[in-house]
Amino acid sequence: MGNVIYVQPEKCTGCRTCELTCSFMHTGTFDPTRSRIAVVGFEKSGFFFPAVCQQCDPAPCMEVCPVGAISRSEATGAMEVNHEVCIRCKMCMIACPFGATFYDAKDNRIIKCDLCGGDPECVKNCPSEALTFSKSSPAVGLKRRAAAAKIKEVLEEVR
Amino acid sequence: MYGWMGKILRVDLTAGTVRLEEIDKELLHGYIGARGLGTKIFCNEVDPKVDPLSEENKIIFMTGPLTGTLASSAGRYNVVTKGVLNGTIAASNSGGSFGPELKYAGYDGVIIEGKAKEPVYLWINDDEAELRSASHIWGTNVVATTDTIKAETDEEAKVACIGPAGENLVKFACIMNEYNRAAGRSGVGAIMGSKNLKAIAVRGTGGIEVADREGFKAAVLDARKKLKEHPVTSSGLPSYGTNVLINILNEHGGLPVKNFSEAAVFPNAEKISGEYQAEKYLVRNKGCFGCSIACGRITRIKEGKFRSLGEGPEYEATWAFGSNLGIDNFEAISKANFLCNELGLDPITMGGTLACAVEMVQKEIIPRDKINLDWGDGEMLIEMVRKTAYREGFGDELAEGSYRLAESYGHPEFSMTVKKQELPAYDPRGQQGIGLEYATSNRGGCHVRGYMTSPEVLGVPVKVDPDTVEGKPELLKTFQDLTALIDSSGICLFVTFALGLPEIAEQLRTATGFNISDEEYLKAGERIWNLERLFNLKAGFSGKDDTLPERLLKEPMKDGPHKGNVVKLDVMLPLYYKVRGWDENGVPTEEKLKELDPV
Repeated sequence: MGNVIYVQPEKCTGCRTCELTCSFMHTGTFDPTRSRIAVVGFEKSGFFFPAVCQQCDPAPCMEVCPVGAISRSEATGAMEVNHEVCIRCKMCMIACPFGATFYDAKDNRIIKCDLCGGDPECVKNCPSEALTFSKSSPAVGLKRRAAAAKIKEVLEEVR
Repeated sequence: MYGWMGKILRVDLTAGTVRLEEIDKELLHGYIGARGLGTKIFCNEVDPKVDPLSEENKIIFMTGPLTGTLASSAGRYNVVTKGVLNGTIAASNSGGSFGPELKYAGYDGVIIEGKAKEPVYLWINDDEAELRSASHIWGTNVVATTDTIKAETDEEAKVACIGPAGENLVKFACIMNEYNRAAGRSGVGAIMGSKNLKAIAVRGTGGIEVADREGFKAAVLDARKKLKEHPVTSSGLPSYGTNVLINILNEHGGLPVKNFSEAAVFPNAEKISGEYQAEKYLVRNKGCFGCSIACGRITRIKEGKFRSLGEGPEYEATWAFGSNLGIDNFEAISKANFLCNELGLDPITMGGTLACAVEMVQKEIIPRDKINLDWGDGEMLIEMVRKTAYREGFGDELAEGSYRLAESYGHPEFSMTVKKQELPAYDPRGQQGIGLEYATSNRGGCHVRGYMTSPEVLGVPVKVDPDTVEGKPELLKTFQDLTALIDSSGICLFVTFALGLPEIAEQLRTATGFNISDEEYLKAGERIWNLERLFNLKAGFSGKDDTLPERLLKEPMKDGPHKGNVVKLDVMLPLYYKVRGWDENGVPTEEKLKELDPV
């Protein structure tokens, strides 16, 4: 398995630069409805969650597709849509647990994160480093380390 | 069309109609967008002598050609009207996502005219727009209003609305979008209130095209790289928000204290600073649409009588409710700021008016048996904010702003205003240039009409001596013109810490395809500045109004690094008029106007 996009919502400022970057790189226009990443905002409390394909394995979108239009790219590990085969039935959108599969009404296509061929633009342009592209989650690694550090402190005191 | 959408909605509240109109390309080229375009349309259509609260006044919501694109911090829109606080041309600027959403719906802006018989809100859903009854939400605060409208329309809709303050025609009511962002100054919220317009909600699912995709991408990435490298935009503002300025201005000796009556050094500044906020109360940073800086703060007061959660307080509010009232309790300041957001009040004028009232009570001009106000009282602050929004008791007097308040007691000199709008958080006796800026701002007391603190205090782009008057008129003119261009483009003024005219003009050229030189873009800014000036002159203002409160001209700074200083406005103002190409009365000459003619 290659790198995936890890999301750290606690770092997200809700600026939606990822949506702008994604729609511009894929369509040449600034149009958040055609972005393959969508920031879910809770404006009142200032909490934001960027929803993007996690390239699941097994992938519900692939499993549910009745015509076998979704497959994993060998090069990047991204779940990709074959638009020639796809019948736009949108079952993948229902199956995706995160709502990270989208329908682009302007192109009449199912769209989802394709990892930009292995170098995701949203990650490069995220100003707050809420998105990272790596093999393991930096947030979880840090949490693990912080928890371990506490235990270390306690144990050293006991000893 | 590129950058621009080329379309506006015209809403006639009296007739209850909504009409689609095309925008003349020459207007776009001459006045760019947002502040400039809105002002040009307003001046074409409205008599400068109009009563701000009358049906004949209009209110225009306008975006810029960069709004909603990947350009640096391009989430802005402007509200243009004749302001109720002071009768100058008002262009009140706000961030968030409302502006971009309006463009995705297909419009550069919305012109509102007339007056609805009953409370209404405007719902724009892409190419469909309608007026809906707002009777059920009239009287509710910004949070309840926004929640209700989102539930009735679309959870993804962006809502700009007024709170009780706007309904009650408080002279410094603001318009709030997405709960926490404000078109804050000049009392634009009261204009909505006077028209029975509670809110505008918009959902847009379209896109924005740019003229030169590769060129725009290169310009945007270059700008973002520079923002990422500059210490103010990559570290200062992201780490501590605009409150990073509390300690800086205090050390500079320019943080006004107790209605500018004491030396501009606040002994407990540390306790209201951005550093203190980050350490004790910060939940996370919040960015407006497309912004790489994210100076917004989500702040939580976990316990106690000021328990609350909200966005802010930013530097201006922290100062207005902090050192300007002698309050060093950050929790009270935060709570008062959140209350302003909910009720729809401008914290700068709220704090300035209250400070004026406290000083007059201390001087026994306002009798204590009428209202008992003291410096440093956080609970009084919260109570007065609420009473002002509802015009309850003494709040009814506060709701008129400090000028009318002080004048009603026969002492207008205690109102720290220019053209009846309250001054922001920089004592001009510690910065000569900002004194000239305040005196000549087209909307009265204001710090974002050419931010002279940048060179005079922060040393950006170059450090200039804050105490000297030399070179200030020239520098201010350039800053004012550039700011007018920036506000008209739809980007945030804060990008100018890292970016200059070349970067901004290049983003405009590649986005719109309007290929004029950097200097010609700056000239558009100058054209906009002069247009605003002409409106004010026709509205009845004159060079005599380009002045400062007597205190700043005559009472020397009592202590600190700028001890003994007053603002040497008499030296700077005639030079400024000259630099501007205006006559000795501050009236633009025929020659200057001809030079600025867009055709």
